[in-house]
Amino acid sequence: MRRSLATIATGALLVAGCGAEAPRTVTLLTHDSFDVSEEVLAAFEAEQGLEVRVVPLGDAGAALNAVALTADDPGGDVLFGVDSTFLTRALAADVFLPHLAADLDAVDPSFLPPDDRVTPVDFGDVCVNADLAWFADRGLAVPRTLEDLADPAYRGLLVVQNPATSSPGLAFLLGTIERLGEEDAFRYWAELRANDVLVTDGWTDAYYGAFTHAGGGDRPLVVSYASSPPAEVLFAEEPLDVAPTGVLLDTCHRQVEYAGVLRGATDVGAARALVDALLSPAFQADLPLTMFVFPVRGDVALPEVFATHAVLPDAPVAMDPARIDAGRETWIARFDAVVLR
Amino acid sequence: MSRGRTALAVGPLAFLLLLFVVPLGRVLTVGLLDAEGGPLTPLLDVVADPRLREAAWFTLWQAVASTGLTLAVGLPVAAVLSRLEFRGRRVVEAAVMVPFVLPTVVVGAAFVALLGALPSGLVPQRGVLPILLAHAFFNVAVVVRTVGGLWQHLDPAPALAARGLGAGPLRAFLVATLPRLRPAVAAAAVVVLLFTMTSFGVVLVLGGSGAATLEVEIHRATVRFLDLGTAAALSVVQLVAVVATLGVYARLRRRAGSERLRRATAARRRPRSAGERTAVAAALAVLGLLHGAPLAALVLRSLRVGDGWGLAHYRTLDAPTRAAVLSVAPLEALWNSITIAAAATAVAVLLGLAAAVAAASGSRLGRFADGALMLPLGTSAVTLGLGLLLTFRTGPLAGRGAVLLVPLAQALIATPFVVQTVLPVLRDIDDRLREAVATLGAAPRRVRREVDLPIVSRATLVAAGFAFAISVGEFGATVFVARATSPTVPVAIERALGLPGAVNLGRALALSVLLALLTGVVVLLVDRVRVGALGRF
Repeated sequence: MRRSLATIATGALLVAGCGAEAPRTVTLLTHDSFDVSEEVLAAFEAEQGLEVRVVPLGDAGAALNAVALTADDPGGDVLFGVDSTFLTRALAADVFLPHLAADLDAVDPSFLPPDDRVTPVDFGDVCVNADLAWFADRGLAVPRTLEDLADPAYRGLLVVQNPATSSPGLAFLLGTIERLGEEDAFRYWAELRANDVLVTDGWTDAYYGAFTHAGGGDRPLVVSYASSPPAEVLFAEEPLDVAPTGVLLDTCHRQVEYAGVLRGATDVGAARALVDALLSPAFQADLPLTMFVFPVRGDVALPEVFATHAVLPDAPVAMDPARIDAGRETWIARFDAVVLR
Repeated sequence: MSRGRTALAVGPLAFLLLLFVVPLGRVLTVGLLDAEGGPLTPLLDVVADPRLREAAWFTLWQAVASTGLTLAVGLPVAAVLSRLEFRGRRVVEAAVMVPFVLPTVVVGAAFVALLGALPSGLVPQRGVLPILLAHAFFNVAVVVRTVGGLWQHLDPAPALAARGLGAGPLRAFLVATLPRLRPAVAAAAVVVLLFTMTSFGVVLVLGGSGAATLEVEIHRATVRFLDLGTAAALSVVQLVAVVATLGVYARLRRRAGSERLRRATAARRRPRSAGERTAVAAALAVLGLLHGAPLAALVLRSLRVGDGWGLAHYRTLDAPTRAAVLSVAPLEALWNSITIAAAATAVAVLLGLAAAVAAASGSRLGRFADGALMLPLGTSAVTLGLGLLLTFRTGPLAGRGAVLLVPLAQALIATPFVVQTVLPVLRDIDDRLREAVATLGAAPRRVRREVDLPIVSRATLVAAGFAFAISVGEFGATVFVARATSPTVPVAIERALGLPGAVNLGRALALSVLLALLTGVVVLLVDRVRVGALGRF
């Protein structure tokens, strides 16, 4: 009996161990927001004779950490979705191999990273969005700057996300620090608190919960993306000529998302092909309507709804990734102390 | 022969060394020693961080509050079930035990389903109150088992004497019954305190961002901040708290057990007064609400599709949809869970049997193995998971090898249950039976086959069932070592619950129902072949 139990144990372990993949599958590790059109992906698979397996690992931070914790064999070939906030962490954890993507010269030079281990794919700005009709109905001017938001005239109107749990929340906090300087930024946050700012855990609670336009809440100002207005037009129940929401361009903070070939990749060749594909015109043109971000290539036409309704700041503000990495934890703790305690 | 049996302890002990002692050592060294800023820095940083200090304080007070609530619900139920006889008592007794075998994330999902269906503003959907309710739901079983177990054997004579001397029922209870129940109440309270202090799945699902325990902060430090030093230091704090609680428990256990007991049935009678009938009705109503409502909400809401009813959430389980957050279809996760739990069960049964046989032989090494194998139970699952992660990040069990690590981690937690189920049976085999068979001319080997084997194999079957139920629902350690490419069902449920959208919620609830059914069926089957009393928890 003892022997038969041993056999069962070995057998069961083998069964559990046999998740063997078909040859020539390339595994893309990414965050939960990753999306791509079926046709674009299928075209790449047919062209390369590959099958792409997409493995979402949580939000952007969780995805990188999962890979960093198992860097020798992360269970995938490519990681997409490391944003500026976590770039330095990814480089320090040494999860990527150097790779010069085929179409890198088509990328707007302002997005080129300081390191050849990551390839820029898309960017987006995190900005305060406003419910335009709400302000028009009350004859109140839409605020413009960060300082306006602390004005008692706009008391109780803004909802932001907790930077400890939300990636746009963190990006917005970084933006305030980059624009105002660390000390002034936290004085500013104390003013926002005095002005009754609401803090939610995640973007969904804020946008679809507390925001007047999308959530039926009572806050007409919400931290969201510069691409949210075209999304409102695209998903409107009745066709719209003008976006119902506006972006406060002087509150934006820019984030770039990167991809890289994983050091622990099983098929480095396929991984390189996939990273190159992320920069190909087909993928880049697909980005706006699948993930609501902007392509880093300047030579790709934006879809009409983006071209018409998306606005971007002329002088984008983006904190240096090394500074983010050095300050991230401290700032999250200071935010906690100043705004939430 | 005895030496051969003693040698059986070597396997389980080697397993324990590799998967428990070494990983725990890693946690201690990372948390206390290997810091960039010198020894003890992570621990000092944790102590200095107001957020983490608050997490430690929250861990403690929510555990105390949960224990209070559990006792408040559990003691009246224990009284009614152990002193009074009424129709359906056995069904109620079984129902009380149901939550105890449910996976933690399923309980979390059930409360998410319930609180989401209540009118808004009644109970917050996330936060302290949902956690306390879920903890009470889980642990009423502990109070009913521990206190009720003693109560039904308690001699009612002193209480009757007090009544005869003119005391009212309350006074008689306070003077004559409560003092004798106190050791059992205290022991139950400490066990519940321990369970709620180290509770993870429930708090992760129901806590929201405002209510984080040490377990949740350990997980957050690891997966969100990639700060293994802080995670390990928090684990050290948690370990100290758990060891202190276990110390109190051991003292209480030593003091208990001097009570004169009688047969259970003799003490039970039908309710006589209107007051007693009201007590039965009230206890059952509270229990029905606490136990029935979340489970009913779970099942009903898993069938709620848009404004109607249907099986849509179940039907889509085999397809990875575009908006899905798992790399595999939910049903594939179910299959992963079953194979992994089967492997864990095989390992746990093998090791548990070996340890039990060695311990029953009475040798010092055997008894040592029996005690040592209990240690992982006293350690929080999150600490175990963190230790395994720290130890096996590189080497043969890293990367692809992690498919072996998950069942081994689950086996670590399931093995003590196997030992506790099999060992009492082995010890109780009547030596006279063996002697009788030997006198009839059987060789020692034949004695073992004819006497020990049939008895032990029944116990083993029971142990295997429990090991499977524990493994398939295990969340705390699994979430640290499972890979996204082969998630288990509890991991998939927690992920889906954390995402917005009715589709994700529907799937999480449907998966929870399936997992609850799976564990429920296994435990029911086990219950039918049950032999003797099961070990204590």
